[in-house]
Amino acid sequence: MALQMLAAQDPGELVAGLTAVGRGIVYGGAAIGPGIGIGIVVGNAITAMARQPESAGMVRTTMFLGIAFTEALALFGFVLAFIISG
Amino acid sequence: MALLALEFPPISHLIEWPTLFGSGALAVNKVVLLMIVSAVLVFSLYFTAGRRGSLVPSGVQNFAETVVEFVQEGIILQTMGPEGLHFTGFLLTLFSFIFMCNIWGIVPLAQMPVNARMALPAFLAIIVWIVFNFVGIKHQGPGGYFKSMLFPPGVPKALYILVTPIELVSTLIVRPLSLAVRLFANMLAGHLLLVSFAIIATALFKATVVGAALPGALLIALTGFEVLVAVLQAFIFTILAAVYIGGAMHPEH
Repeated sequence: MALQMLAAQDPGELVAGLTAVGRGIVYGGAAIGPGIGIGIVVGNAITAMARQPESAGMVRTTMFLGIAFTEALALFGFVLAFIISG
Repeated sequence: MALLALEFPPISHLIEWPTLFGSGALAVNKVVLLMIVSAVLVFSLYFTAGRRGSLVPSGVQNFAETVVEFVQEGIILQTMGPEGLHFTGFLLTLFSFIFMCNIWGIVPLAQMPVNARMALPAFLAIIVWIVFNFVGIKHQGPGGYFKSMLFPPGVPKALYILVTPIELVSTLIVRPLSLAVRLFANMLAGHLLLVSFAIIATALFKATVVGAALPGALLIALTGFEVLVAVLQAFIFTILAAVYIGGAMHPEH
């Protein structure tokens, strides 16, 4: 109802508002998977470091690599959210 | 909202700078100026460090040798092995230059990470793309390189219908794209974060002086966090470049 009234009165405002909502959904959705993924990567890296502290250096390098690959998906969502326009 | 005068400027106001001098494709604005300054700074650091070449390093040479050692032992030996050591120059330049460009985000008066504009990350990613493809073709021959890229051994024959297109897209398109986007988006996000907190702190300071304490403290903490991000993103860009070049040198078994 309110949306129909707004669409009749000021369609530009409605488009701007829905674009903002869409941006939020795009970035929020894109952040779910990588959030879980980074948690798994870092958690397992900490387990590995705690079990074998002598291999901490190698594990840390690999951990950063894993984070970088996982994080890329969230960043695609971040960029996509800016690209969306009404 | 109106009470606090909390008006967030559009994104374009935060990252687009007016032209200082020049015009057209050669126009120089603040971002280009900072990029040139970083290139000069990185060049003069290693030039002054390498000019003397004394056996017992001190001062600038000491610092430069620490960075070289970090790139060699932290990045190259971990990912490419000893054969990658002749890429030290390339990767050291990448690391130092990206770090210098990133750190402008928190330097007072500059306050603009050069990599928050897509141009420079995209250009650097294209350079890395050219280098790792060139190295792959040089080490394995054009046939061998594309064969080991598109048809990785140890995969059942029928699965090549699925694997080959994925490998083609992921190696030749997604790799440079994600390299560039990762660096760009991280620096842009950091920049926006600092701007948001600065705006909130200013608006609250105008309304109630005490209210600005929390966002102000967070702003200072985030500035420290941005130093970490600047180093980490330079490190990740360099280590991924090293992994791609190392992977192109040796086919997977």
